[in-house]
Amino acid sequence: MQKISKLEKHIYSVSEITQAIKGLLEDKIGEVWLEGEISNFSVGPNGHFYFSLKDQNAIIKAAMFVYANKGLKFKPDNGLKVICFGRINVYAPYGQYQIIVERIEPKGVGARQLAFEQLKKKLEQEGLFDQAHKKPLPLLPFSVGIVTSAKGAAVRDILQILKKGASFVDVLIRPVRVQGELAAAEICAAVEELNHFGKSDLIIVSRGGGSTEDLWAFNEEIVARAIYNSALPVISAVGHQINTTIADLVADIFVETPTAAAKIIVDKKNALIAELAAAKHELDFSVTELISGLENRLTGLTHMLKSPADRLQEKQQFLDELFSGLNYNMRHALELAGERSHSLIERLGTLSPLSILSRGYSLSMLMPQGEVIKEAGQIKPGDRLKTVLHKGSFTSLVQEVLKDERENGI
Amino acid sequence: MKEKTVFEEDLKKLQKIVEELSGGKVTLGESLKKYEEGVRLAKSCSQVLAEAQRKVELLMKKDGKFDLGKFDDSGEGQE
Repeated sequence: MQKISKLEKHIYSVSEITQAIKGLLEDKIGEVWLEGEISNFSVGPNGHFYFSLKDQNAIIKAAMFVYANKGLKFKPDNGLKVICFGRINVYAPYGQYQIIVERIEPKGVGARQLAFEQLKKKLEQEGLFDQAHKKPLPLLPFSVGIVTSAKGAAVRDILQILKKGASFVDVLIRPVRVQGELAAAEICAAVEELNHFGKSDLIIVSRGGGSTEDLWAFNEEIVARAIYNSALPVISAVGHQINTTIADLVADIFVETPTAAAKIIVDKKNALIAELAAAKHELDFSVTELISGLENRLTGLTHMLKSPADRLQEKQQFLDELFSGLNYNMRHALELAGERSHSLIERLGTLSPLSILSRGYSLSMLMPQGEVIKEAGQIKPGDRLKTVLHKGSFTSLVQEVLKDERENGI
Repeated sequence: MKEKTVFEEDLKKLQKIVEELSGGKVTLGESLKKYEEGVRLAKSCSQVLAEAQRKVELLMKKDGKFDLGKFDDSGEGQE
């Protein structure tokens, strides 16, 4: 009882004690730097951030009001380790102490780097970087819209390359600020306007080299979406080194430098020229091929056309052969005939009057004329006769002529 | 823009002719005609690419209206 009465000296109301605690905490601790991991992160309807910061053993509620979080480059999220600056506050209606965060920085990486990673992740998940969405560049751009500073080195570089390598390309420059607070919005508007205005076959969004800070506009979400929504293909050519921006990732093609962007067009042109030369070559080849094919056919046909002549020759040859055969046969026939006539002559020989002599007949001739005596009237006594016998002959003198012996009855 | 569409049409025609000719199914007369046409197309396309008629303009927006201005590229080539 005694103890109780001692404590009962002053009885606090809830508000009083809360007020006392509030005063104690807010005065004694006040503004602090606090390191912890974000959990239970949520955004209220007015844009205020509500979350907790925790470490292994403790947790503290945190709030970051919209006035403080408005310009924040990255999006705080659960699991993110942060360093906050703020003041400790007691929220009486809930009987809660919390930290009202004024500034927040991701621990380890810079805020911009984190913002970049976060936006990259977000857009990647949304599919803004998908290859399927990449628009092909036209076969050959005849007109190029350039979104860049009209005074920068980027536009000069691009124009110089185009002048040298692809002088037929018309260039439409939509000048914008490429750094500072207004840059992102201007770049978006320019991309949309070039789409709207038409006359361009593709858009180059470009800026010369600079610090990550300088290139920041090209990492803004609105720029990424403007590029993504562009009906015309977009080439992103930001910076002079390998510092990939969100604009690079979402663009249909990205190159490291403005010069390289212009070179794409020059390369396309050169490729086309090579293709034209190849087409010309192929045309020549095809026609030559066709003609030589036709020539071959013609030769073949001509050959076939000659063939009757060849056949004629064959016939001629055949005829010649026949003829020579004929000659041979003729000679043969003649020889045969010769032989036959010879035998006939031999036979004829047997029939000669001389052969009659061998049978005992003789032939008398009146000499010296040699006239064959066929009747007695041809001779008179005293004529000299030559008588031919079968073998040998003799001469004789006529003694007496007996005319017509047979008539006189011999 | 007109030039562009003509160019692309010409390229397509050229491609078709090349295909037809290499297919080898055309008559000599036809093929010579097509060859001539193909060579003409290749030449005109090459000419388009070689022509130095570049325009450089500035697209400005004034009072919500687009305006084409001249781009001063006199500084070009000094680099």
